Amino acid sequence: MRYTILCYGNEDAVGSWSKEQEAEVMAGLEEVGMRLTKAGKLGMSLRLLPTTSATTLRKTHNPPLVIDGPFAETKEQLLGLYIIDVNDLEDALDLARQLAVANPHGAYEIRPVLAYNPDRRPDRTS
Amino acid sequence: MNDESWINMALTAARPQAVGALLRYFRDLDLAEEAFQDACLRALRSWPKNGPPRDPAAWLILVGRNAALDGVRRNRRLEPLSSEEAISDTDDVEAPLAERLDDADYRDDVLRLLFVCCHPDLPHTQQIALALRIVSGLSVEQIARAFLVSDTAMEQRITRAKARIAKARLPFETPGPAERSERLAAVASMTYLIFNEGYSAGLDSARARFCDEAIRLARMLLRMFQTDPEIMGLTALMLLQHARSRARLDKAGEFILLDEQDRSLWDQRQIAEGLALINKAVRHRQSGPYQIQAAIAALHARAAHPNDTDWKQIEALYAAFDRMHPSPVVKLNRAVAVSKVSGAAAALEMIEPLASDLASYFYYHGVKGALLSQLNRKNEARIAFNQAIALAKSPAEATHIRRQLDNLERESGA
Repeated sequence: MRYTILCYGNEDAVGSWSKEQEAEVMAGLEEVGMRLTKAGKLGMSLRLLPTTSATTLRKTHNPPLVIDGPFAETKEQLLGLYIIDVNDLEDALDLARQLAVANPHGAYEIRPVLAYNPDRRPDRTS
Repeated sequence: MNDESWINMALTAARPQAVGALLRYFRDLDLAEEAFQDACLRALRSWPKNGPPRDPAAWLILVGRNAALDGVRRNRRLEPLSSEEAISDTDDVEAPLAERLDDADYRDDVLRLLFVCCHPDLPHTQQIALALRIVSGLSVEQIARAFLVSDTAMEQRITRAKARIAKARLPFETPGPAERSERLAAVASMTYLIFNEGYSAGLDSARARFCDEAIRLARMLLRMFQTDPEIMGLTALMLLQHARSRARLDKAGEFILLDEQDRSLWDQRQIAEGLALINKAVRHRQSGPYQIQAAIAALHARAAHPNDTDWKQIEALYAAFDRMHPSPVVKLNRAVAVSKVSGAAAALEMIEPLASDLASYFYYHGVKGALLSQLNRKNEARIAFNQAIALAKSPAEATHIRRQLDNLERESGA
């Protein structure tokens, strides 16, 4: 069963990390990530630039409206996501808990994947 | 990362918003800072136990305000207010407060806090010191070390600056749109001053961290003013310049020219963010000095090799910049781009009229010397380089010119 783990956190706080703190968290996540990849559970993952770099296309207008910034103004922002392949929710939670040890702040939203379309362009591996 | 360092980071991140709101509430900078300190101490006790609140700034504002009022009431032997345990981080307590302090309030609070630091009576270094102390929460010792003065001297400077601000009327009324954009412009230029203070610091890490701090402040401004293309430009400009930080100094702390930098050391993440922001800004078709400078930095960042640099476009951007803000220094920069596109002779012709304006400017003589030596006018080049060395402000600048002089002599000898 495929799930995504959507990583939420306070981007101001993440932006206040020193280089050392950032490196520590990333190294921790990398270690857990490698372990889970070898176990065949972790697929692709991605980390997003801050929401200040985001642009939103509001489709409720005709023509759609281009707005600077993220769609939703929230206390915690979407920072990145993982795609995982596990047996069930318990398994997914267990995996999320392992990631949380390396990065204990903010929240993980665990959402089952309905449809998964891999990158179908030629010469792409992921 | 342990709990304490996480909490300290959350406190740093929430500081501008919290101190800004407390300043609005108490209308006194010292009292606002004290209230915030108080709230921080309580957070360090309460958060490890109860978990961090979802909105640290709202928590700190509420607790800081109550703590300060508590102090006032205790002095008057009145009923104390509830302690921070009673107003823990449950959402139902926080929500009404968070609603009352909506984003527009926060925005004006933070802007005001930064704006009071830009008081025009204060010299630039004091503006910077004050902003780093009040907004960023750096300690007096940290700032003193960065400015190479004693702790006492820095303490006095900050106290004097605060006294000066207190004497001037603090702008507490909600600003109108025109006033808000004036404040934003002042705050943006102070943020860039902080960045440049760090950028010019060389290997001095006490000051080099100012760059990170300025970028953090700019991201915060951009989150509050998401549609302002100049704030996008400012943030992009600093990110793109800071991306080169690992490549632009050698081990001795000497500056390495752009052409000679190891571009693999450039920070691709900062470049990506900078390019994304300048890309967004351009859509607004409302050019401004930060955007133009960022666009120039973006063209350098895009070139994998110095020879790939789009000098033609850079020249056009400097020309636009000079039309917007005519200045001999911008013309000098433009001339450097011209020398790459049309050759040294054309560039030399451009900088000749600047001679009197830039007579005491190190870079003018450096550029002139380089152009003259490209044209093989060695004697004149030597004179220009010697003038540059006499005007160099740092050993690194002098060394850089001396190296070019050595090349000149070597070629003469050959």
